[in-house]
Amino acid sequence: MDIDSAKTIGMALAVGLGVIGPGIGIGILVSKALEAIGRNPEAAGTIQTTMFIGIAFTEALAIFALVVGFIIKFT
Amino acid sequence: MHEGLHIALGAERLFTLWGIPITNTLISAWVVMAVLVIIAIVVGRNPKLIPGKIQSLFEMLFEFVLKYMEDTLGTRQLAVRFFPLVATMFLFIFMSNLFNFLPFFGSVGIFENGELVPLLRPVNTDLNVTLALAIIAYLVIEITGIVILGFLKYGSKFVNFKEGVLGFAIGLIEFVSNFARLISFSFRLFGNVFAGEVLIAVVVSFLPYVVPVPLMLFETFVGLVQAAIFALLTLVFIKIAITEPHPSTGSTTLTTGSSGQVSTHH
Repeated sequence: MDIDSAKTIGMALAVGLGVIGPGIGIGILVSKALEAIGRNPEAAGTIQTTMFIGIAFTEALAIFALVVGFIIKFT
Repeated sequence: MHEGLHIALGAERLFTLWGIPITNTLISAWVVMAVLVIIAIVVGRNPKLIPGKIQSLFEMLFEFVLKYMEDTLGTRQLAVRFFPLVATMFLFIFMSNLFNFLPFFGSVGIFENGELVPLLRPVNTDLNVTLALAIIAYLVIEITGIVILGFLKYGSKFVNFKEGVLGFAIGLIEFVSNFARLISFSFRLFGNVFAGEVLIAVVVSFLPYVVPVPLMLFETFVGLVQAAIFALLTLVFIKIAITEPHPSTGSTTLTTGSSGQVSTHH
């Protein structure tokens, strides 16, 4: 197997496996936020803002996987 | 591999000025700064007591952000103190992300060994820029904690001998997680903007005609959200840094919300 194919497979594996966790995490996060808004519609503003902060944290992990994929492929 | 799909992970150096390398992202950053400064000077030049339309629009935006910061930080004085930093970070990142979609960004350049080196490149696709912003945010957070709480009290959040071994381990983890914010801030912004640019480059190489437009719209939205997240997280971490260390458990409590509710543990 030459290095180019290995790089492509490596990038695909890194990104594909790396976004499973954050994907599930963000799903759980948003579902709980929707539940909380359903219970207490008045606090919707605070809940939404905190939800976005939580999404930013989990999404950062997916972005790490993506950047590692880029580094594998393009350097 | 696509012929002609050239993706450069690092910013390309255009020329050197007195020993300092000038990259294309640096030139874009200068353009963004010039536009922001011009807007600031033109809008803030003669503030009237009874504001006109543009001035009242900016006043509404300022008041909205200041109210939110006051709710988070607690006092108006603290909100006014940190408002320039948070607002500038948001405006700089948002304007840089908006400039990604100008017609000549990334396409007008010079040919060097058969590959096009663009003269202007989106600012946040350079890890140096995002790392610089992250370092600024990190230094502000730590120095604010030390100045407001005092060095010993702030240090006792991390080096904690009162609670025994568990407290010491938690303090160590806190210290490392503070440090990991550098990486997390910079890579979050860099990854989002760079991945957006690569996505649009790939789609343009397949179907250049109508299809990239909704993707560009999505990328604009992502740019706005990432700018807001950066500013918001800086604000939240400043709030966490100036919170007193909790006497019973050694961990910090975060109080937000306009109702003024405080959580206490016994």
